[in-house]
Amino acid sequence: MKKTIITVVGKDTVGIIAKVCTYLADNNVNILDISQTIVQGFFNMMMVTDATKSPKATDQIADELAHLGEEIGVSILCQHEDIFNMMHRI
Amino acid sequence: MINLFEVNETNKMISQENLDVRTITLGISLLDCITDDLEQLNKNIYDKITTVAEKLVAMGQEIEKEFGIPIVNKRISVTPIALVGGSACRTPEDFVTIAKTLDRAAKTVGVNFLGGYSALVSKGMTRADENLIRSIPIALAETDFVCSSVNVGSTKCGIDMDAVRLLGDVILETAERTKEHDSLGCAKLVVFCNAPDDNPFMAGAFHGVTEADAIINVGVSGPGVVKHALEEVRGKNFEVLCETIKKTAFKVTRVGQLVAQEASKRLGVPFGIVDLSLAPTPAIGDSVADILCEIGLEYAGAPGTTAALALLNDQVKKGGVMASSYVGGLSGAFIPVSEDQGMIDAVRAGALTIEKLEAMTCVCSVGLDMIAIPGDTKATTISGIIADEMAIGMVNQKTTAVRLIPVIGKKVGETVEFGGLLGYAPIMPVNNYSCDAFVNRRGRIPAPIHSFKN
Repeated sequence: MKKTIITVVGKDTVGIIAKVCTYLADNNVNILDISQTIVQGFFNMMMVTDATKSPKATDQIADELAHLGEEIGVSILCQHEDIFNMMHRI
Repeated sequence: MINLFEVNETNKMISQENLDVRTITLGISLLDCITDDLEQLNKNIYDKITTVAEKLVAMGQEIEKEFGIPIVNKRISVTPIALVGGSACRTPEDFVTIAKTLDRAAKTVGVNFLGGYSALVSKGMTRADENLIRSIPIALAETDFVCSSVNVGSTKCGIDMDAVRLLGDVILETAERTKEHDSLGCAKLVVFCNAPDDNPFMAGAFHGVTEADAIINVGVSGPGVVKHALEEVRGKNFEVLCETIKKTAFKVTRVGQLVAQEASKRLGVPFGIVDLSLAPTPAIGDSVADILCEIGLEYAGAPGTTAALALLNDQVKKGGVMASSYVGGLSGAFIPVSEDQGMIDAVRAGALTIEKLEAMTCVCSVGLDMIAIPGDTKATTISGIIADEMAIGMVNQKTTAVRLIPVIGKKVGETVEFGGLLGYAPIMPVNNYSCDAFVNRRGRIPAPIHSFKN
């Protein structure tokens, strides 16, 4: 299964998770795992998702999430998990 | 499973420390294009490049998006043109038509450089080699994206001093023909000793005759990442220093390996090598000289620089080798002057001279790179500098290269602006004592004794 890692970093505000999750639900992206912390007032979240059933391609999802991030005032990245696996796992 | 800390570390490297994949270079063999009809040859070359590389740029952008890693350049290298054009080209002008074809093909597929307008003459020049070398000034002046290189020496064969002498004139003429653009043509011309067949980096990339029909080579980068990692271990001993560089190089190279595998899969072209070089850019924080300063030097060029660079280069290789299934190309630290803000600062402060750079090239990849010198430098002096650098490569069984830019109309202390990845550079003084009688001898320097290993 092709997993996608979504990271959200930015100033904490109400409804960040709600907006991101709504987008993912609308686009049939399944969330497998969420971890989240607040560091010095900064919202920090990572989601492991499965986008294989989504009608949209990964690069389109990445673009739309980045756009959504701009609206909320946070930075949202959507990347294939392999870049992290390659770098941090032997 | 991957955790938040690891994800953040990777993304911080990309967003704040300039981690990127410097280049995906598609090597294309043009040997099957050869014919003795010049017009047909040009058509064959254009058709082959535009077919094989048709999807290169789009595929690169796709990978960038999907993995969130910038791939700065998508490039092409081809079989040395002196071999390809040998039977069809009778004059230097004939070769220029091929340069223009390559330029047109590069523009069609959307790459920003195409390397391989090259000749391999480490033991001697054929008529075709000499015609190609003589055509370089016009070829580089009349094209935008074509890069040229000439291999004039090797540990196995010695140094072809006739080619070295000729290249002194060729470099000056290239500078003269592109003087409206601060002699930019010379930034696209590299003279090599022991040139690798699979180098992905420009301007010296060409697709060697030992290679398959097409191949993907990837060059990684990441001086900023290494610098940042070293900030955390200030004052610690050499063991800690070396371990830190090694671990960082491993991580950086893994990204290159991933991109190379993906590119190979998506283009249906075999994966060649990952080049482990630390390649700087003029961007602040993306400097090899800054790493040397972080290791403990006031400026690059201060006493200790050669040792620090040797250590850096070695640890980068040790970390990178395990990260990739095939390592090749130049693999080491690049020390171009104009493309590295820390190097530029060191030259301006008077800490770094050409002579010190020459010493540094003994222990790192490549050589005297992107160094601007006065436009009135004699051709024989340029040949002398090339010969010195080639001798270092020949004797030490390593690749060395020279990319000097005599900037017509400019003197020591003035600055030249190339723009983009090529950066800007202060004009550096050269030693002007004559080497005419040395350079004007005919023939070649024999191979060194340790080349006889059979």
